[in-house]
Amino acid sequence: MAIKRLSGAHVPHFKNTSRSAPVRIPVPAKVRIPMSMHIGAPCTPTVKVGDLVAVGQPIGEAGGFVSAPIHASVSGKVTAIEDFLLATGSKAKCVVIESDGEQTVWEGVKPPVVQDTAGFVAAVRESGLVGLGGAGFPTGVKLSVKDPSQVDYLLINGAECEPYITSDEQTMLHDTDYVLKGAALVKKYVGAKNIIIGIEDNKPEAIQLFESRKGEVENFSVAAMPSMYPQGGEKVLIYNLTGRIVAEGKLPLDVGCIVMNVTSLAFLAKYFETGMPLVEKCLTIDGTAVANPCNVIAPIGTSVHDIIEACGGYKTEPKKMLYGGLMMGMSLPGDEVPMVKNNNAILAFAEDMAVLPEPSACINCGRCIQACPLNLMPNRINRAYQNRDVEALKRLKVTLCMECGCCSFVCPAKRELVLTNKLSKAFLREQPK
Amino acid sequence: MNELYVSCSPHIRAKDSTQSIMRDVLIALAPALVAAVIHYGVRPILLVAVCVVFACLSEFVMEKLCKKPITVTDLSAAVTGVLLAYNLPVGLPLWMAALGAVAAVAFVKQLFGGIGQNFANPAITGRIILLVSFAGRMTDWTTGYPDAVAGATPLASGTADLGALFLGRIGGSMGETSKLALLIGLVYLLVRRVITWHTPVAFIGTVFVLTALLGQNPVYQILSGGLMLGAIFMATDYATTPSNSKGRIVFGIGCGLLTVLIRVFGSYPEGVSFAILLMNILTPHIENFTETKPLGGAEA
Repeated sequence: MAIKRLSGAHVPHFKNTSRSAPVRIPVPAKVRIPMSMHIGAPCTPTVKVGDLVAVGQPIGEAGGFVSAPIHASVSGKVTAIEDFLLATGSKAKCVVIESDGEQTVWEGVKPPVVQDTAGFVAAVRESGLVGLGGAGFPTGVKLSVKDPSQVDYLLINGAECEPYITSDEQTMLHDTDYVLKGAALVKKYVGAKNIIIGIEDNKPEAIQLFESRKGEVENFSVAAMPSMYPQGGEKVLIYNLTGRIVAEGKLPLDVGCIVMNVTSLAFLAKYFETGMPLVEKCLTIDGTAVANPCNVIAPIGTSVHDIIEACGGYKTEPKKMLYGGLMMGMSLPGDEVPMVKNNNAILAFAEDMAVLPEPSACINCGRCIQACPLNLMPNRINRAYQNRDVEALKRLKVTLCMECGCCSFVCPAKRELVLTNKLSKAFLREQPK
Repeated sequence: MNELYVSCSPHIRAKDSTQSIMRDVLIALAPALVAAVIHYGVRPILLVAVCVVFACLSEFVMEKLCKKPITVTDLSAAVTGVLLAYNLPVGLPLWMAALGAVAAVAFVKQLFGGIGQNFANPAITGRIILLVSFAGRMTDWTTGYPDAVAGATPLASGTADLGALFLGRIGGSMGETSKLALLIGLVYLLVRRVITWHTPVAFIGTVFVLTALLGQNPVYQILSGGLMLGAIFMATDYATTPSNSKGRIVFGIGCGLLTVLIRVFGSYPEGVSFAILLMNILTPHIENFTETKPLGGAEA
């Protein structure tokens, strides 16, 4: 390909669990399902304390266009509807369900019958699917394409560039059929002309598997990408696979692209086969404090504690816990938080990896600029933020930052560049227009 | 459950640190010291030791006085000490060298806020302070030179064979004469990704092209004086030069242009240190007009 690849950082892989096929954990005694697990308006609970619910039954209705409904992940009784502190640092309304252990399926769960694009999009909305790669953008909104002829590419994100995480790799290895069926569905109803699956070259088996089966879907190709973080960033993937640039304030669709995570796509195919909405998710459990690193499938709303106990517990006392990977994962306030739809990993670390080195003065080496995939200048943004310089922050385009973490990772002075980028964005939002 | 650490992502950092970078610079500077010892005997070691000790002491004392954290262990003051020593005639009285080290670190670096904050290269400014204060001793290339043959430097005399220039069998500042040793250092810095190629290539390339256009022998010019030392080790100093590749090319071209102007038309035979100092002053402006274009960024 003629285009110059975007830069990034060589982060360690730690893919310890790539041989661990996912196993379903025993049904937890209790789940706590947040009403906000997506970008957009939170859901309104449609059940009340004392109600009996079954698996797949809607318990939260979408709070607006950009939103996704929420379904019960276990069968049992609603025992509380309460505010709970989540990993995001804010409280959200949660529906607590005490499980009866039966996992009775709701009678309303049946495969959707669709005739056209509108019906397809409506069904996707009902499934509760959000982008499972991490951001949690409602898929029904993403697939609401006005004019199918504008979709040149369906890009399937199988990069999985974060250290430790292998849950998407499991999807690619064990649910290959569903990924292909999902791609065919999107092609049929949303009209993608070309389909490319992008996979980092540290997953040669997945690449081989799709290479051998690409003929099953028309215009399907496989792109092996270098293992250079962050290949899986949406804008990075689009640029590296098509050479197209998503401009500021625009969406991938504006450049004819739809990007979907492999696991989202596989879920979509299963949903159209069974009608079971998004009630469970595969997660990688790993980190230096975990006894048995593995992949598990758990009902949404299961507490982190219950999941880790179900797969062997802690090896040593955890000092830091994350939702997601080392580069973009969120620090957890404790292990009582529930797992949510777009979780793809839970990592627990002992002291050795919990404490980060102390920051020192910027030496102006420019490594953050070299590493930034989007050509931002984190060193200058950092200074502009310290001076609260609104004009400079706007000119330096801090709002484009996707918080991938490359700048902080490479910084020899160990400065918290991602943090100042986040603070800068919040600071700009506070400014009068 | 015990209390957990919480922090902003990312939750892992690369191994390189300010200290490891400075250590790499010191390693890259080592071949030139070996060459100097072969050339001059043990006195270069003494000169380096005095400069390093006084540079580190100045850093320590200034940080104590300003009640700032002590950063001597980041090795940046040691790098300044070594670079200053390399820029001095081998026979310079040691007290003068010490004075230069104090001026470089205490005034040029610490008074402006310490590592990363100084606008001028401390070693170069230290050298210039000494040059202006002790012009005679700072251009005396014979003292301490065992053969005592070379009077003027090849730049002033204009006569030396290219092989001698490359290997360093010539008069000049203590650490600048052996181009072979300096180029070994350059390769090491590039391989270790401490510096990028932009500044040295732009700097040396500009001198080569301009001197050729002006009818000089370009190979002779790039092998003479402090050009290699300056282009590889001083014009690549992080704090005082632009932080991105476009800016580094502009900086290198500017340094090359000023060096040639001073060498060919100025009254000093050598202009590398003045060129770098002047470009240091221009660096904030270069940074401003060479800002990167963010991917997909709309025009502001």
